[in-house]
Amino acid sequence: MSAADMKAADPAAPAPRRTEATGPRPPRGTARKARSVRARRAGELLPYLLIGPTIVAIAAVFLWPLAKTVIMSFQDVGRKELWTGEPAPWVGFEQFTDIFADAAFWDSVVLTVVFMAACVIATLALGLAVALMMQRMSAWVRLLVTAALIAAWSIPLMVAASIFRWFSDSDYGVWNMVLSKYLGLDFQGHNWFLDHRQGFVVIGAVVVWGAVPFVAITLYAALTQVPRELEEAAAIDGVGAFGNFRFVVWPVIKPVFQMVATLSVIWDFNVLGQVWLMRGTKPEPEYEVLGLYAFNKAFESNSFSQGAAISLITVGLLSGVAVYYLRQLLKIGEVE
Amino acid sequence: MSATASAPNPAKTASSAGTAPGPSPAAIRPDRRNRSRHAYNLIGLLTFVVMIFPVYWLVISALRPNAEIRSYDQTLWPSSITFDNFSRAMDQANFGTAVKSSLIVCVTAVVGAMIMATIAAYAIGRFRFKGRRIFMIVLILVQLLPPTAMLIPIYLQLNELGALNEYWGVIIVYLVSTLPFATWMIRGFVINIPKELEESAMVDGCSQMGAFWRVVFPLLAPGLAAASIYSLINAWNEYLLAYVVLQDNDKYTLNVWLANFTTSRGVDYGALMAASTLIAIPVVAFFMVIQKKMAAGLTSGAVKG
Repeated sequence: MSAADMKAADPAAPAPRRTEATGPRPPRGTARKARSVRARRAGELLPYLLIGPTIVAIAAVFLWPLAKTVIMSFQDVGRKELWTGEPAPWVGFEQFTDIFADAAFWDSVVLTVVFMAACVIATLALGLAVALMMQRMSAWVRLLVTAALIAAWSIPLMVAASIFRWFSDSDYGVWNMVLSKYLGLDFQGHNWFLDHRQGFVVIGAVVVWGAVPFVAITLYAALTQVPRELEEAAAIDGVGAFGNFRFVVWPVIKPVFQMVATLSVIWDFNVLGQVWLMRGTKPEPEYEVLGLYAFNKAFESNSFSQGAAISLITVGLLSGVAVYYLRQLLKIGEVE
Repeated sequence: MSATASAPNPAKTASSAGTAPGPSPAAIRPDRRNRSRHAYNLIGLLTFVVMIFPVYWLVISALRPNAEIRSYDQTLWPSSITFDNFSRAMDQANFGTAVKSSLIVCVTAVVGAMIMATIAAYAIGRFRFKGRRIFMIVLILVQLLPPTAMLIPIYLQLNELGALNEYWGVIIVYLVSTLPFATWMIRGFVINIPKELEESAMVDGCSQMGAFWRVVFPLLAPGLAAASIYSLINAWNEYLLAYVVLQDNDKYTLNVWLANFTTSRGVDYGALMAASTLIAIPVVAFFMVIQKKMAAGLTSGAVKG
């Protein structure tokens, strides 16, 4: 979007200065200068030509559909309009008022936010704990832990969801077996997904298991940046372990921690895939997280405008987090 | 936040609190440190077991005889190892076409993304130009767009273009989804190549293009490898879009095909685990290759899709 005006504005600006400079020179030089001006002008265009394809691609796949979503959410696009290409009627804010009046929408917003918060807190707490422990354990244990973290990290989402479904299978699942056989609880044939709160414990376990490795490895990398001498000096001055963490370690890892936390919020807000797969592509209404709510509105009830409006609301909800993340990056000077 | 901070602390405070009043702290310390190290090692081993167990269970369930899978008494070790589950998984309808679809979609998308990302990364890594910063900010923000919210807009766009149930629709979306991260990652490699190298090549008579191909490109190779493997993994793992866009059984990618093991009569866990293992093996192998670069790349501002 910005490429067009950049291209238009840029080459004109530096050109006059150059010709001014050539003024007093003998005429023989001007011809050569003019050629070099043209070459330089082409040189200035070069970066725009290089980023051009990427800009066009991003605009076509992300920005243009997003813009159309905004338009669509003020229309009423159903099955007929979608397939025949008939112009859809304008309905103003009706889609939004309909959605806000729907109790199921608010249920799914609460569900999504609560589930996201629980997953993020658990992921960050466990990730930080693992990272701190990795600093203090013997090298061979650390190697084992790192290997396990990377193995867990690399397992595809689809596969992870399948494994945890198998864990929680009501008849032959290993969880029920361990709980009833070794802990003496009555879990024989227990269905984890009958009660959606228990179901979300299982889904949360997949999410956290898959997300802890990234957090732990990243935070561990950040922890290695903490100067050892500083910690030791603080310890000699009588600073306790907690004080040491609070005043020596935390300031160093804080920017990385904030970044990891923001990313976790964004990722865990989008748990549609996990819910979908754990419930065998037919999730019950209690499992309707925001993404699923939008999906069902669009593809089950064929109200694409409502789906678009909910998508827009989701983007809006998360844009604050995204801006916060961007500001962190700008502050560290990453975008230079 | 306070919960995260206090979690690892009790053990730590216990170990350091005792050292102060002792007569010769220097003499006591190594011993105490050793003891707390043992405690940490123990917790470390526990972490190892918890994190690795699902992977272990995946592989071991795939190799187990089916009679043991349908048993109320799951054992840690299988009584015998069999490849029945694998052959059942591969005999499942459309396995061959699913492999083909996955390969076509992923490889095309990654090759396209790498070409576009390299030239864009070269531009933002080498040149200072107006709009460069905005372009970089757009690259980050696009990665933060929630994929579940983009699903419907992208679906409708593809529908309009007639790309539903076509490989190229999925390919374009995968290509562009990996583009921002790949550009960002390759840019990190570009800025580490000294500009003088190129300049000296140009002094020796190379054109700018020639300097890029002969000097910069070979040095970028490791970065390109890392970025392409990363993009390949992301494309390989994608599920929802492929599920929504590809409608014919013989066009399903492997991830969509995996749902075949869940039928109304129940789930064939043995075959499901075998199929999952087959899908995960290439990812795990590639991941091992790039994991060092990943951690660094992710913290330095690029976002995991």
